[in-house]
Amino acid sequence: MFMRKIYKNKLGLAGFIVILAFAMLALAAPWVSTHDPLKADVMNWKAPPSMDHFFGTDEYGRDIFSRVIHGTRISMYISFLSVLIATFFGVSIGAISGFYGGWIDNIIMRFMDAVMSFPAILLAIGIMAVMGGSIYNVTIALGFVYIPRFARIIRGSALSLRQKEFVEASLALGSSDFTIIFRHILPNCMAPLIVQITLSLAYAILAETGLSFLGLGAPPPAPSWGNILSDARNLMLDAPWMTVFPGIAITMCVLGFNLLGDALRDILDPRLK
Amino acid sequence: MDNILDIQDLHTFFYTPEGTAKAVNGVSLSLKPGEILGLVGESGCGKSVTNLSVLRLISDPPGKIVSGKISLDGQDLLQLPKRDMRKIRGDRISMIFQEPMISLNPAYTIGNQLMEALLTHRKISRAEAVNRVVEMLQMVEIPSAEKRLKDYPHHLSGGMRQRVMIAEAMLLRPQVLLADEPTTALDVTIQAQVLELMYKLTEEFDTAIILVTHNLGIVAESAQRVAVMYTGRVIEEAPVKDLFESPRHPYTNGLLRSVPVPDQNRPAGREPLYEIEGIVPNLFDLPSGCSFHPRCSRIKDICRHEQPPEVEVGTNHMARCWLYA
Repeated sequence: MFMRKIYKNKLGLAGFIVILAFAMLALAAPWVSTHDPLKADVMNWKAPPSMDHFFGTDEYGRDIFSRVIHGTRISMYISFLSVLIATFFGVSIGAISGFYGGWIDNIIMRFMDAVMSFPAILLAIGIMAVMGGSIYNVTIALGFVYIPRFARIIRGSALSLRQKEFVEASLALGSSDFTIIFRHILPNCMAPLIVQITLSLAYAILAETGLSFLGLGAPPPAPSWGNILSDARNLMLDAPWMTVFPGIAITMCVLGFNLLGDALRDILDPRLK
Repeated sequence: MDNILDIQDLHTFFYTPEGTAKAVNGVSLSLKPGEILGLVGESGCGKSVTNLSVLRLISDPPGKIVSGKISLDGQDLLQLPKRDMRKIRGDRISMIFQEPMISLNPAYTIGNQLMEALLTHRKISRAEAVNRVVEMLQMVEIPSAEKRLKDYPHHLSGGMRQRVMIAEAMLLRPQVLLADEPTTALDVTIQAQVLELMYKLTEEFDTAIILVTHNLGIVAESAQRVAVMYTGRVIEEAPVKDLFESPRHPYTNGLLRSVPVPDQNRPAGREPLYEIEGIVPNLFDLPSGCSFHPRCSRIKDICRHEQPPEVEVGTNHMARCWLYA
């Protein structure tokens, strides 16, 4: 039923296919890429796109096509893992906060407000500056930065759900708090949660690219999309293929997540049925 | 026979920024095994809060059971640790809620939810649990019960859902069933079926029921005893026949007179229905003396100043009124 609905929503389907394609590309990166993404070939530097180098080469003669493909892997890895971290902690915090309410809720949510009051990317830059650049640290930093969004969404739903009669009915049947949260609150928060996850994946990709571009993400020479762009920055007029192709990859990927997220919002929102 | 449930002098207050609402202000009720006690009164008189207090499901804050004693088969519920109280809920005391539409979780099949109720309290195998659930659904007369297990709540009609709720409440054969307006949301023919079903189950399992309602017809038909509540107190309690034939408290009298009686000799619409003067007082600001005195047609001077005592006005017939003191 769900698949049928997403099939009817053409834009959503397009987004879904794009994401699926990127995900497969990320998994199959070593087999799809034509060259070693790290191997320099100085004789062939700044070569324009050709049959040998589909997307051309950069200033060290590295194959842009292979770098973009491997970049997909890094970007997907960071965005999925960081959103996973944010979801896990955000959902737990939000559910506890919304279910118990009172002073627990107050303390937790004020802390979340404090985190949220920093612009996400700025906070991530700060964390990266302290922890140093590595793929793991980017993942952790982005995961941390996105926790409050999830906490807020789940808390809001939990607050309204705990007033529902079926929660009271379950309490009257002798259920524990744990059962109530896992069986009655969280499953009914799934719709907004799924939408938030999809959209956050897009944000995470942008943020990771941004951090790499600023030199605070995955350390070079790792072929992340931000790093490729960062290297290409000075050669934009000389070798436009160095910016255009990773740029297209980023745009397609983010667009895919956003289209999918919007479609899911329409599909899962009961008010729009 | 001994009482299965004994509520003594229960006080449940809600502390809000506007003041303290004395929702339940000295209620005493008792229930024998297999007995149906009707609890009637206007909205906001404390019927539901009394029920929720028995299960200790009053949300704190703002609510609090201030004093009183609730004993189930001799065991004081208000002294029990939370964990033990949880074991009693749904097992020895269960509750049926007013709204069958929203008392089931939309995310699970009814089979799944009924199993939850059963497996929370009993260590039995899943297969055995399925058997008992199906048996119970058959008992509440749900056709092709086995197929229904896989249905979601939105597949069922209101009457069916309320039956599922009753099945859920009776699954563990509780000693006490608190039914909070179980039929209010249903249409009249379904109401009769659901009530019929509840009597059948009380007879089968010897469950005692507190039937909260504002429908006097239901009480007259089903309860053995009736307690009438007003502003957090029981103001009259009597066997059902006595109460309907000779109500003693002016408020009960007013309630009974406000029930429309079809009369063929009376031209329709000529005579307005009787209504009790005035409105229910604000719980934050109860009148002094008898809280009913501003609306009472037979007021005496003392009513304004002093709380009326419980007066024995007949066999097992109690009224809280200065007229009989």
